[in-house]
Amino acid sequence: MLEGSAGRPSEPEDIGFGDAVLTVEKTGKTWTLHGSGAWTMGNVHEIDEALREIEGSHFPAIRVVTNEVDHFDTGGAWLIERLRRVCKARNLPFEHVDGDRRHTELVGVMRPHDRESQERRGIMPRLSARPVEALGRAMVGFFDDFLMGCHLIGASLQGTQMKTGRRGGIRWTSIIHQLDQMGLRAVPVIAVMSFLIGAIIAQQGAFQLKAFGEELLTVPLVGILLLREIGVLLTAVMVAGRTGSAITAEIGTMKMREEVDALQVIGLNPVGVLILPRLIALIIALPILTLLANVAGLAGAIVVSSLYIGITPDQFLQALQANVGIQHLWVGLIKAPFMAIIIGLVAAIEGLKVGGSAESLGRHTTSAVVRAIFVVILVDGLFAIFYASLGY
Amino acid sequence: MSADLDLETSTSDVILRIRGIEVSFGTKHILKGLDLDVYAGEILGFVGGSGSGKSVLLRAVLGLVPKQAGTIHIFGQDYDRASDKLRLRIDQKMGVLFQHGALFSSLTVKENIQVPMREYLELSPKLRNELAEVKIELVGLPADAADKYPSELSGGMIKRAGLARALSLDPDLLFVDEPTSGLDPIGAAEFDELIRSLSNTLGLTTYMVTHDLDSLYSVCDRVAVLRDGKVLVAAPLDEVVAVEDPWIAEYFRGKRSRAAGTAHKGQQKFASQGAT
Repeated sequence: MLEGSAGRPSEPEDIGFGDAVLTVEKTGKTWTLHGSGAWTMGNVHEIDEALREIEGSHFPAIRVVTNEVDHFDTGGAWLIERLRRVCKARNLPFEHVDGDRRHTELVGVMRPHDRESQERRGIMPRLSARPVEALGRAMVGFFDDFLMGCHLIGASLQGTQMKTGRRGGIRWTSIIHQLDQMGLRAVPVIAVMSFLIGAIIAQQGAFQLKAFGEELLTVPLVGILLLREIGVLLTAVMVAGRTGSAITAEIGTMKMREEVDALQVIGLNPVGVLILPRLIALIIALPILTLLANVAGLAGAIVVSSLYIGITPDQFLQALQANVGIQHLWVGLIKAPFMAIIIGLVAAIEGLKVGGSAESLGRHTTSAVVRAIFVVILVDGLFAIFYASLGY
Repeated sequence: MSADLDLETSTSDVILRIRGIEVSFGTKHILKGLDLDVYAGEILGFVGGSGSGKSVLLRAVLGLVPKQAGTIHIFGQDYDRASDKLRLRIDQKMGVLFQHGALFSSLTVKENIQVPMREYLELSPKLRNELAEVKIELVGLPADAADKYPSELSGGMIKRAGLARALSLDPDLLFVDEPTSGLDPIGAAEFDELIRSLSNTLGLTTYMVTHDLDSLYSVCDRVAVLRDGKVLVAAPLDEVVAVEDPWIAEYFRGKRSRAAGTAHKGQQKFASQGAT
């Protein structure tokens, strides 16, 4: 006698009707399995191990008697069917006895689709090859993204209409709407942030320069830093987080719902309709926001300077005019449209890569923001090298 | 508590008893004191015009929409007054196939089916895999569909995968929301047939919200008609068709309905001829 699982006390939170019970009677010719209790989805795990043990051992024949099983569903039916398949594979006799026709029918349902469970796993690379594989995939991915970016710029120039003949115009309403969304509505957050950053730089600069008795140098420090680098960089990072993610989510959702395909079928150029207005709006909005960030940053510096180091606003502005040339402003501002194109393109590329699932939308939105910020900082560095070699 | 809830029911039992359900959104009254009984083992087709509240009733029964009044007895238990433990147990005895499948898009078909199993059953991963594959076979999906994501499946396969998930805990009561919408006639007929045969073999009680006249003719034992926030009639189809009501007349005696009805009668005649 081999006990499967019996007499396990039923816990109050136990789901089911009681226990699944299995007793085995072994004779030389056949092993008889007597089942009783509830053989249901909630209970079959109790006898599964015992049955697997039987399936793995050398038995002459199997006879399953489930007359005393009072609750029976596909869970129990599967166990019996599995036994049958094991017997069939080994060419051994199998018999299932049950007085209840519903039970035998249920086991029968499992049968018509009788087929060998085939291996259907993809080829797994060797453990040592996996990092190389990942690197290769990443490189190919970067190259694909680069090509995609070129394609998007090209397709944007084509305009909204795909078919030749009618010239596709630029959608001004759409651009104005995007300008409102990504320009006007970003003003408060960018102004406040730049004000604070300007104030912090001024305060830090003043405290450090005080040691040399050169507090007035704070003014050119803040001015040059803000106008050349901080203003445009912070604005670009903010816009990448705020607008880039929105663009990816919008285009990704449209891609998911086949709206992008619909545009194409109607004969419109999806890039021209969806991406071009956003790109143009970004190219217009980002320099303006940068200018705003510069002004707000300087305002923050003025406030801190007059409060902490006693430089009056008049003195500050005079020092600014005397020491910081207008070229610093242009150096910063000229970078803004490039940042705008980067943010827009990266967001659009990620948006068009969104697949069918909600998870993929989230993943690509995240990656749009991270990549856009990364590339923005990289390009800012390249600009710095460029200007340095020009001596500008 | 759970031991005295015996869910084995004889065929004449009322498995779902709905009494006086009222649901309104703001000033708009959708359901006005609706009564309905669903008997064990039957397939009940639930019809009504678009926007008449079919889906609202389904969602109210499932507790997804709050109801202002009324009681729902499932398996003889008052669902609203049941203890949390009892309610959990009742929930496990119900399966839902949503209209668009509602498969989790980030999980494969097999993982979708395993979600309820993982949550409620103490199965070993091996047995859980086997059982999920059994369910996949049961609904007639090819074996290689198991590792696919919902976005890689056709409309018919999504419905089948949704059905497999609804059946994953072997429910006694199955709710199906417009199972054949978006399927071609052949796929729809196959799906009807699947529901019919699963109901028979698994002893399911099925509550089917549908628009499909062919489904009503071919699989439903009884048909309930929703009119003005109440069940106008719930009876076998020929009795429903005989009821004098403008909407029923339009619905069951319109052009499309006549075609479905004649086709069904033709099939029956053919079948009876074949039998004799």
